[in-house]
Amino acid sequence: MTALPTAPTEAAPAARETTAAPAFRGRLLPWLFLAPTLLVLAVFLYLPAMQTLSLSTYRSNIVLGTRQFVGLSNFAELLSSPAYRQVAAQTLAFVALVVVLGLGLGLGLAWLASRPIRGGRIYRLLLIFPYALSPAVAGTLWLFLFNPEVGAVNQLLGSLFGVRPRWLDDPTLAFGLVTAAAVWKGLGYNVVFYLAALTNLPKEVLEAAEIDGANGWQSFWRVVVPLLSPMTFFLLFTNVVYALFDSFGLVDILTRGGPVEGQAGVTTFLVYQLYEDAFRNFRTGIAAAEAVLMLLLVGVITLLQFRFGSRRVHYGA
Amino acid sequence: MALERVEVRRAAPSVSGRRRLSHALTHAALIVAVFLVAVPLLFALVKATQPSDQVITPNLLPGGAFFTNLGRVWTEANLGRYMLNSLIVTVAVVVGKTILSVLAALAFVYFRFPLRSLTFALVLFTLMLPTELLIVALFDLVSTRLGWANSYLAIIVPFLASATGTFLFRQHFLNIPTSLADAARIDGCGPLLFLRHVLLPLSLNTIGALAVIQFVYVWDQYLWPLVIMQSDERQVVQVGLRKLIDVGGQTDWGAVMAGAIVTLLPPLLVFTVLQEQFSKGFALGQDK
Repeated sequence: MTALPTAPTEAAPAARETTAAPAFRGRLLPWLFLAPTLLVLAVFLYLPAMQTLSLSTYRSNIVLGTRQFVGLSNFAELLSSPAYRQVAAQTLAFVALVVVLGLGLGLGLAWLASRPIRGGRIYRLLLIFPYALSPAVAGTLWLFLFNPEVGAVNQLLGSLFGVRPRWLDDPTLAFGLVTAAAVWKGLGYNVVFYLAALTNLPKEVLEAAEIDGANGWQSFWRVVVPLLSPMTFFLLFTNVVYALFDSFGLVDILTRGGPVEGQAGVTTFLVYQLYEDAFRNFRTGIAAAEAVLMLLLVGVITLLQFRFGSRRVHYGA
Repeated sequence: MALERVEVRRAAPSVSGRRRLSHALTHAALIVAVFLVAVPLLFALVKATQPSDQVITPNLLPGGAFFTNLGRVWTEANLGRYMLNSLIVTVAVVVGKTILSVLAALAFVYFRFPLRSLTFALVLFTLMLPTELLIVALFDLVSTRLGWANSYLAIIVPFLASATGTFLFRQHFLNIPTSLADAARIDGCGPLLFLRHVLLPLSLNTIGALAVIQFVYVWDQYLWPLVIMQSDERQVVQVGLRKLIDVGGQTDWGAVMAGAIVTLLPPLLVFTVLQEQFSKGFALGQDK
């Protein structure tokens, strides 16, 4: 339910799971403890999920109050629509950029900040604070910073080079701006988790590399990066989920999905399109079909995580 | 013997010289990085303190108008009300989630009952159902059928259960020696007493870690409140921010920046205060 699921924990000892005797007895008691959680999940997650599935097979309009069964034609309409395909393609490009830049910068900064230098704690705190910022706050700050008339960036560019780009009206610039803001906002999260993984690296392996004459650069690429691969894998998935869903607040405040280029706004990503179709255009069936397609996407991603994420990709250790 | 010593002595200065240079480079790189990361926030901080006539100029000197700016959004644009709403909702969800997931984890770890694995799988599976994807059906359920569109219930109740929390507490309980539970049972202690006197004191780091994640997650929520909350009196501060920007054609940027600063303070405070617990609470180390 949270956009940040679980950290890559050691798998719980399997033996205790099955063979050990239960600590407490009682038939009703465990169900009593589980009841609140199960009730909330059933009513507010499973029920709406099933309803989304059924809604996706209807053409309905909340405003007109019409409802007609159309089978899979909503899906056919979406998959053949050039606008939707453009939205899907630019979402994938956005996700790929956010993940690659976010993980690369996150790892580099965490590596620098984890070195035994004076003031390390302060550097670390100053690098991870964007974790606590919301996408909406990030959008608000960037909206002012890149405002074409009164924003600091254009005042600087204007006085230095005499240019004042229209950041939010130019498709390429707007797409780049939203991507940069999303990377900035996600950086703290990546640094936090990479720092935790770095402090838990086996010291002996790094010392051995140093004794063997590896310089900082070599031990980083040949030793640290491979040892961190389980964490990288975990962050890969949380970042994909972050880029897919949490980008909404940022986009809604910064660009409202625009500016239009081709068939759709260049910063209209899948979630934004879903919101527009559901609550602006009132195309409920289409919106539900979009949700189902995204559910499939999330399903594939989560299955991949369970399939590969639990496997320890460590070398040595 | 003597030869070795000479070599060591000769090697030492060059190593420490290289180390000093690399430390200096590290400091330089970190200072640049920290500055770049902080620029948007620093800019907002400065502009939030400037009087209206300076906010839109290139002037980057802090002024003394922060409370004037804040005062404008706090009362006129309803920011105070939004902040209170966010606080109520966030505290309710964080406390509720912690209680519900501790109880669920207690059932999963310390009891054997039919369909236990299947039930756990059903809880974990909900990680694949982000609220964002369910908003169409959830909106229908919460606003039309339950009639909660204008109440806090709409943004509290659907978020009370937590697969993340249940999973984290379960992992943590599994690493606490079973003998403790056996001893408690032999002493005639029920599961709830065991929870209160043994498990909870041993779980403070996990509780702290979960509290940080959930606080930040709930406080920063945007899409669901935007869609479901029709009453402005109950709206949360993230959506409130959007309304600050929208006012008329002329945005009062000084006031908006003051509002943004105040909006980001609570999660930042929680995060800074509980940062140790946050790092420790995740089973990232071998010595867990």
